[in-house]
Amino acid sequence: MDKFGYTISKGRQINYDTNSRHIAEYILERENSFRICIECGCCSATCTTGAFTKFSIRELQILIKRGENDLVRENLKKCMLCGKCTLVCPRGVNTRNVIMLAREAFQKRLKNAV
Amino acid sequence: MNKHVVVIGGGVAGMEAAGQLSKNGCKVSLVEKEKITGGHLNDWYRLFPDRRDSIEVKDYLETVTSDKAINLITGTSIEKVTSTRHGLSAFTEDGEELIADAVVVATGFDLFNSSRKEEYGYGIYDDVITSADLEKMFRKGKITRLNGESPKVIGIVHCVGSRDEKVGNLYCSKLCCVTAVKQAIEIREFLPESKVFCFYMDMRMGGAYYEELYREAQEEWGVNFIRGKVSEASESINDRLIVKVEDTLAGRPLKMELDMLVLMAGMEMSEGGNIIAEESGLNRGENRFFTPSDNHFGSNRSNIRGVFYAGTCTMPMNITETISHARAAVSDVVDFLNNRNS
Repeated sequence: MDKFGYTISKGRQINYDTNSRHIAEYILERENSFRICIECGCCSATCTTGAFTKFSIRELQILIKRGENDLVRENLKKCMLCGKCTLVCPRGVNTRNVIMLAREAFQKRLKNAV
Repeated sequence: MNKHVVVIGGGVAGMEAAGQLSKNGCKVSLVEKEKITGGHLNDWYRLFPDRRDSIEVKDYLETVTSDKAINLITGTSIEKVTSTRHGLSAFTEDGEELIADAVVVATGFDLFNSSRKEEYGYGIYDDVITSADLEKMFRKGKITRLNGESPKVIGIVHCVGSRDEKVGNLYCSKLCCVTAVKQAIEIREFLPESKVFCFYMDMRMGGAYYEELYREAQEEWGVNFIRGKVSEASESINDRLIVKVEDTLAGRPLKMELDMLVLMAGMEMSEGGNIIAEESGLNRGENRFFTPSDNHFGSNRSNIRGVFYAGTCTMPMNITETISHARAAVSDVVDFLNNRNS
């Protein structure tokens, strides 16, 4: 009986205005190449983690930019920092450093530590 | 040569064609429906990808059309072209006849009427404007909301009236993407504190240095690109605009508030071109632009002997392409005039 009753679904909509982009800003101040991603997915295609788990480094970068920080935090730890994504990026985005900086940004707010 | 060629339309293509025809010894009547020549060029501020002032191109075109062999007729529309025993006749809206040895149709394009996409609220909400409106603001040197405030967050919607079956335009207008990128950079130049978001379906940067401009917009100007077409705009309680879009790369719907929304209006066959096509029996395609006699080696030739096309009346083109196409039209006209009796 413990699941009896009504439930409220959590909205899936990204509310850009209420989201905080402090993680994105932290990265942008330190890794300018984060701006020039064109979402081709080359990074995700080569990603070992992505081949075995539900992890997309391409999508992760979008989620950082939109300020979906809870989701980012959840996924960030899956990365093994192998750096293959950085090697294949046609735009020259330092994706590995983006992950490192995102971790650092969370680390700086201890309660959000990854 | 002493032949007479009527050029219909005094925009970029018509002016360039008239100039080249006069250089080749033809007498030209350049007929423009507006009071002044230059066409859409009069409405643009700076041109992509190098952002030179459009006035420079207009000055060039005015110089090439200043030859006394060119008779400029403004404030007049040609509505019909017919073949006669001796050549061709072009008729104005008042029924006046211009006798010609050849005709160049350079009737150009009209910008898509953005109020047809009602979901974006152009003509309904104060701060929904078109790319053409924004160019006028640039020229005036000030970007402001209708209430006089400076906008802080600006959205740009790509593909308004292009790639849209609902408005009957299946084709890509090809130049709106780069216009969006150019304008995004210019907004950031005018308003360094502002944030700019481009909502796109695909980034079609198919021209020399377009992709580089796109990269510059991201890297140096911090322009944000969100892949997804805005489904609707509405007004918020605090007098701003709310847009809904799917962030397709996040796989999630997204909403945000903006101070201004700029619609990238596509290019359509001009109304004047449609009238001439109907009255004269010139072929048009599914996209309603004139259909040249051959896609590869006859892009300036029509289905009527002695009638040629120049510029955006055949498809969306940038200014560089338009000028090249107009010159190619002149090459066909000269060939026709030299060889038609042989």
